[in-house]
Amino acid sequence: MTTSHNPTNAAATEPYVLNIGPQHPSTHGVFRLRVVMDGEVIRDLDMIVGYLHRSMEKLAEERTYTQNIPFTDRADYLAAMSNNLGVCLAVERLAGVEVPERASYLRVIFAELQRIASHAMANGTLVSDAGAWQTPLLYMFREREKILDLFEMTCGARLTTNYMRIGGVSFDPPPEFWPALQELMDEMPTRIDEYASLVQDSEIFLARTRNVGVISAADAINGSLVGPALRGSGVPWDLRKAEPYCVYDRMNFEVPVGRHGDVYDRFMVRLEETRQSVEIIKQAMAQIPDGPHKTDIPLALRPPVGEVYGRVEGPRGELGFYLVSDGTPAPYRFHIRAPSLINLSLLREMAVGVSLPDAVVALGSLDIVVGDIDR
Amino acid sequence: MPAGPHQLDGHRVAARLGAALSGIVTRATDEWVEVAPERVQEALRWLRDSQEFDAAQLSNLTAVDRHTSFEVVYHLQSLDLNHQVVVKAIVADHEAPSLPSAYPVYKGALLQEREVYDLMGIRFADHPDLRRLFLWEGYPGHPLRKDFLGIGGGRTSGLGRFPNEDPANRDRMMNAGNLTSQDMPPEAGGHGSAMASGGH
Repeated sequence: MTTSHNPTNAAATEPYVLNIGPQHPSTHGVFRLRVVMDGEVIRDLDMIVGYLHRSMEKLAEERTYTQNIPFTDRADYLAAMSNNLGVCLAVERLAGVEVPERASYLRVIFAELQRIASHAMANGTLVSDAGAWQTPLLYMFREREKILDLFEMTCGARLTTNYMRIGGVSFDPPPEFWPALQELMDEMPTRIDEYASLVQDSEIFLARTRNVGVISAADAINGSLVGPALRGSGVPWDLRKAEPYCVYDRMNFEVPVGRHGDVYDRFMVRLEETRQSVEIIKQAMAQIPDGPHKTDIPLALRPPVGEVYGRVEGPRGELGFYLVSDGTPAPYRFHIRAPSLINLSLLREMAVGVSLPDAVVALGSLDIVVGDIDR
Repeated sequence: MPAGPHQLDGHRVAARLGAALSGIVTRATDEWVEVAPERVQEALRWLRDSQEFDAAQLSNLTAVDRHTSFEVVYHLQSLDLNHQVVVKAIVADHEAPSLPSAYPVYKGALLQEREVYDLMGIRFADHPDLRRLFLWEGYPGHPLRKDFLGIGGGRTSGLGRFPNEDPANRDRMMNAGNLTSQDMPPEAGGHGSAMASGGH
């Protein structure tokens, strides 16, 4: 660098390398950023991932389709229900398995509960990243705990639920589940208003998130962004509407979108989506029929030779499962299209030229889960 | 066949694509269209820019090892027309597979191609930053290849450590619709009966 040796330019700085992570609160897991800084400004950014790589796709080739469901819990560990649902729907389409109606409703209820829990976590940590230390996070954890209690009541697990099965769900919820769910759904709208009031009008939060990490709609589409990251940029794309699965076509709900594509819009999209999820759950509770909650399938399901790309709208967006069957009980290829990884495609472009605190908030607004990135 | 609800017929895509760029289509099925691997970037660009297909987003990019060749699979999405186009490129060279990158057409290919390179060992020419993604530089081999560790069919000896998973028992277990506990080896009794009741 010649500038720093130039006596007439004594204030010039030299770029330096800053390591963030792998263990750092702002990286939301074991995720490392290597940042080249020039003073306060980021000149280059490289992400180093793989600390949590468990080679699920290889392991899956050794196991039956049912045995692979628990792996998906551990991919996106904040949205185990959505992952379970994605893989089950893909296998069902591949093997031509019919699902009882009650099971489809239960799937919708649990997937939407999971969305609320996951968005609470995403927004809570984003507010933490923006400087409002732990208070809003713990407010949002309060309702998340109640949702996890409902999961525990139904399937015994809180985080890695392994609840969905090929052909249905593993258990019908116990009788005490329904009043508890009703109570939670009755209080949720007030709680969501409370979250909104905590941050929505906070001048500091607005200053940290408005016009930060802006992604245009065209870039978001071309960069394969999905979920709230895409909708925050104003693209009304939601697989629950575009390609309805389970019983979403019978549900009346809206797809919230942002206008500017900044961190604030992504935050608000998530907040509004929790309201819509509450509406969906209420409708599902009113419509759910009696009947069996699963169909019996062979222990070693042998789907016909072929392939399928099944996908659901998870909390982080399009969660795809590309399965190739060679007619044996184990998949020939088992690929997970992980929204957390692919949403990072534009991270470098978002970060270069802004200050480090802004980049941290921008990263937080993409809502990454490192288990989902690394698999 | 299990085509997606909004997946376009591969023959229809092939007819239009083949008419616009002659010789690019190598095969078409109901579900996908196969293109010449060295021209895949051209095909993707045409599909992205064409008004009829409007494949604005690359929703998924992955690869399948077919023992003697690799299949690179592109799932393209039109957000406005709400349909999906599946494109495949068969790379015949199993030793040193290589094909053009989709990155100049879709920025969303950046990390997906790095993942495929890392785990399958397929090189994407003119990718701006083709490095391993999950594993470290210098890692021996590409784990998702079927011949990884040199065992036929990709089977690895280290994985079959559960009582009912050794190859001799494997087929019996897979075929059994209703196993009873006496079918199981004695040391696996508890686990075996749980499997027999449906695995739940």
